Amino acid sequence: MPAALETIALEKHFGGLVASSNVSLRIEPGARHALIGPNGAGKTTLVNLLTGVLAPTSGRILLEGTDITALKPHARVARGLARTFQINQLFAELTPLEAVGLAVSQRLGRGGDWWQPAGARSQVVGEVVDILERFRLADVMHEPTGILPYGRQRLLEIALAVAGAPRVLLLDEPAAGVPEEERHVILDSLDALPSDVAVLLIEHDMDLVFRFARHISVLVNGALFTQGPPEAIARDPRVRQVYLGEGEHV
Amino acid sequence: MSARLPASAVRDGFAARARLHPLEVVFWLAALGTVFLLPGRHLLLTEIAILGLFALSLDLILGYAGIVSLGHAAFFGFGAYAAGLLAKHGLLAEPLLALIVAGLAAGALGFATSFLVLRGSDLTRIMVTLGVALVLREVANRYAWLTGGADGLQGVEMAPLLGRWRFDMFGHTAYCYALCVLFVLFVLARRIVNSPFGLSLQAIRGNPLRAAALGIPVDRRLVAVYTLSAAYAGIAGALLTQTTAFASLSVFDFERSADLLLVLIIGGTGYLYGGLIGAIVFKLMQDYLAYLTPQYWPFWIGLLLVAIVLVGRERVAGWALPLRRLVARLDWRGRPAPAAGE
Repeated sequence: MPAALETIALEKHFGGLVASSNVSLRIEPGARHALIGPNGAGKTTLVNLLTGVLAPTSGRILLEGTDITALKPHARVARGLARTFQINQLFAELTPLEAVGLAVSQRLGRGGDWWQPAGARSQVVGEVVDILERFRLADVMHEPTGILPYGRQRLLEIALAVAGAPRVLLLDEPAAGVPEEERHVILDSLDALPSDVAVLLIEHDMDLVFRFARHISVLVNGALFTQGPPEAIARDPRVRQVYLGEGEHV
Repeated sequence: MSARLPASAVRDGFAARARLHPLEVVFWLAALGTVFLLPGRHLLLTEIAILGLFALSLDLILGYAGIVSLGHAAFFGFGAYAAGLLAKHGLLAEPLLALIVAGLAAGALGFATSFLVLRGSDLTRIMVTLGVALVLREVANRYAWLTGGADGLQGVEMAPLLGRWRFDMFGHTAYCYALCVLFVLFVLARRIVNSPFGLSLQAIRGNPLRAAALGIPVDRRLVAVYTLSAAYAGIAGALLTQTTAFASLSVFDFERSADLLLVLIIGGTGYLYGGLIGAIVFKLMQDYLAYLTPQYWPFWIGLLLVAIVLVGRERVAGWALPLRRLVARLDWRGRPAPAAGE
């Protein structure tokens, strides 16, 4: 069985700076995989390479065994690779209803329909209902996204990615900036993700990482430093050294 | 949030976007009324309808997809000359068919040049669109054997519309024709912007990065709407030629593109009526001010522009809030009144 997502010797150079160095990462189907590393380790660069926002200098990316290195971002999404953003990337003027509807329509291949009104298809409506409920957005579904509280926007950020029914989901610091009392909603929504979806969690927050992940990869200076189950990573003195040595808390 | 969300609420949420507002009915009834009530002003009203359609075409790309253009006259002019040449050489005498062909021709030009506006900032797009319009104007100037050059395209003879209605010198046929074309294309545009396609355009304008991350083929969508917009502009240009039986290089003028932005600034973007309302205000002001002080018309329009931009449309909308509340109360669908600051 091929990996859900796999990189082979992925490299990204910005001029003389090596942002990703020989990264060969394997994410199993249905994985709960975390990618951690100190600031500047190249985590977000790696996400941008995986999703096609950046083109790698060399190396290959395979999605369920198919080479997607040359595909554009939207074509990767169509093949089942979705992501959330570290900083919310939402549509301020659209309502959650419209945004989720758009994501669902697009996945069902109806995103280019120009004659039927949006929401005319019952399959779309059914899935929108499901997503809005799961992410507890039903009560604000008619509000413009731009005026929603931050925690709600964060939920919508994840909801939009999940609405695409991905095979692989990349979560870039999903709980970043969410107030303590709203965190559990985010965590619950992560727990409720379908078990056959492979999830790669990029995160700083170790509580969240150790709660969520069954496998952890550590990225340092653009290269894979070590990987293994959470207990092993937690005990690894070199990992502690990397974090503490750079003045980071674990 | 324990009760299940009813699917009907979601369906209604989508439907609310496309629902017909009573004011829209009033607007179009008033437009129809001008046909019978203002027969002496049909020439001016034809100009308004054409400018409104032209502004509608720019609103499709600017108000929905966020593509700013300072050279939309390129497509207007292309359609104008296409219609003129078709009529002059008797290639396609029937005006409505010729109008469609001119629109298709302008659409083809829009498709070909759409790839130039896919990337880049607003400033790049302004320069590229401006450049395309300048190039077309010079091409039309250079090939005088075809276009008449600086003298304009003379000798355009318009056949009767649908073989029945002759274009008269009072512009009655012309106005009915222009108004019908505007109405049909408006209804089509309204349908399109409320579709998933239209929604995806708004998403792209709001955040192209995220739109792509949802799987939306951003470039393909922009090419499609740019092509559509160019076809609309070409039809507006063709209407001008057909209703005046003349086309000159001025159809490509920079001023025409700039005025168009002004029309949308007056009327507002992103709700389709902005172009129509802007065209009415612009033309009536031009007509009235030019009558009062022919030389100083640009002064007043300039002053208005500065005022609109400085005061801001939101604030003007705020002043109009009591009126909007009243309208909302008259609304038979009983939606809540707009809140302040909306």
